Amino acid sequence: MSESSPSLRAEAIESLLKERGLISDEAVDRVIAMYNERVGPMNGARVVARAWIDPDFRQALLSDGTAAVAPYEFEGGQMEKLVVVENTPTVHNVVVCTLCSCYPWAILGLPPRWYKDPAYRSRIVREPRKVLSEFGVALEDDVEVRVWDSSAEVRYLVLPQRPLGSQGMSEDQLAQHVTRDAMIGVAR
Amino acid sequence: MTESAALSLDGMAAPPMVNGEVTFDAPWQGRVFGMAHALADRGVFVWDDFRACLIERIAAWESAHPEGEGYPYYDCFLEALERVLAEKRIVHDHDLSHRIAELGSRPHDHDHHHGDHHHD
Repeated sequence: MSESSPSLRAEAIESLLKERGLISDEAVDRVIAMYNERVGPMNGARVVARAWIDPDFRQALLSDGTAAVAPYEFEGGQMEKLVVVENTPTVHNVVVCTLCSCYPWAILGLPPRWYKDPAYRSRIVREPRKVLSEFGVALEDDVEVRVWDSSAEVRYLVLPQRPLGSQGMSEDQLAQHVTRDAMIGVAR
Repeated sequence: MTESAALSLDGMAAPPMVNGEVTFDAPWQGRVFGMAHALADRGVFVWDDFRACLIERIAAWESAHPEGEGYPYYDCFLEALERVLAEKRIVHDHDLSHRIAELGSRPHDHDHHHGDHHHD
């Protein structure tokens, strides 16, 4: 086998197969979604659910996300620093990587395709309320929007607000309610 | 999804699982995983032919490395995909090499590569 990187080889295969009409983004995405979208973000969902239930963990998570999630030993590195930002009734956080597609994938799985889209990357900074409304998040005027730009060094995770009426739910039940999009900040 | 996917989840060609979840350590791994299943679902090749290549690649890696050394599952997976596509005369080796050279010669600031910063 050649010494070229696997990501380059994979990209080359994908481009050739697309040219030949043998695969489409949609078909590949569908497979990945089936295996990854539902299970991948569960790492993050477990963290969020625990933060909703355990005030000490929540505090630890917000003050040093990297240290707080370390005991989980999530696989898939390249996340030197994790910063967790908390949504409140008056603050809504949303995450982007304006330069490329940095993403806390050890805890959220594969990034959605739109996350890498140049339109999302530029517009979420320029007009976050409009973009969020397109995602179905209608923010009240008095809610401040904070946009966090990921980098190779720092990855962000949004701690969504705990859903109303979720009192009495177990951590596992709560985790089922945490979506990937909510942890990126494009859903509540 | 057809039965091809279900068949891949048992036996020695099964992907790494953590707590029952399929895990990808890098986006390209998800892409090759997704491509292989999509091609099989479309009938471009039979899943078992791919699986045979995968098992062969894994066995070759294991025989060349000491037991207990974490094996790079998706490197094997990618090699198996290359192998089955070449054997089925779908993507010839020289076409692939040519495309790799093309993509590899893009300017360094293409889409902001920084070090081991991930890309798929």
